[in-house]
Amino acid sequence: MTLSAIRDMLQCEVLVGEDSLSMEVETVVASDGMSEILAFSRPGALMITGLTHVQSIRTADIANVRAVIYIRGKHPDQKAIDLARQHNLPVLTTKFGMFDTCGLLHAAGLKAGI
Amino acid sequence: MTQELLRKTYRIHGGDFDKAGEKAAEIKQILRDLDLDPSLVHRSVIVAFEAEMNVVMYASDGTVTLALTEKEIKLEIADEGPGIEDIELALTEGFSTATDEMREMGFGFGMGLPNIKKNADEFRLVSEVGVGTTVFATVRLDSSA
Repeated sequence: MTLSAIRDMLQCEVLVGEDSLSMEVETVVASDGMSEILAFSRPGALMITGLTHVQSIRTADIANVRAVIYIRGKHPDQKAIDLARQHNLPVLTTKFGMFDTCGLLHAAGLKAGI
Repeated sequence: MTQELLRKTYRIHGGDFDKAGEKAAEIKQILRDLDLDPSLVHRSVIVAFEAEMNVVMYASDGTVTLALTEKEIKLEIADEGPGIEDIELALTEGFSTATDEMREMGFGFGMGLPNIKKNADEFRLVSEVGVGTTVFATVRLDSSA
């Protein structure tokens, strides 16, 4: 599924990577635990999290995540945005919560990236 | 003893949460540029990152050293910190002494040290209470999946 299709489905605002929305993702990892993402995520997954600290982007980079979506309309701080730009990591935010975000992605055919 | 092809040491500042992970990111870039197997780079960088986070969270100061030989990637993370009283307990998944601040950043779920151990082919932890902790981790170059 492309990031642009995911953006439309989850009614996302794109914070970083407007020009990378043709990117395909097939797997998803969802957690607020950064060590969980590091421990279990396979490279190339889409990361869903409610944690907006700069460490979320650092973790995404270390775990080789392909893109990040923040839930419940959360916006990360400027440090996180700057780091995501530096790593060419697309960042989106959706108004949906964790449960609905994961449910919609699952129903659309995406698989667990763990 | 196998000759070292590369050795680099970085300083880590305890409590500097904004910069936490920068050294691991630099190590990732170095290992990537060497065209090593991506799965080996992935495992090594997770080791470096989790260990760097531990230094930032718990210690006052520390270093991470990356060394590369023809056979392995070696990481040594040494800190001046409180030390670990019960190493076996600290290595148990789920055990943590993290503060709320650490948990708010998505860390401190008792997965850091187990994560390091899981990703390393060789792992050793030396600690003295009131002095500090050193983690030795090795990823063998012939261990790619």
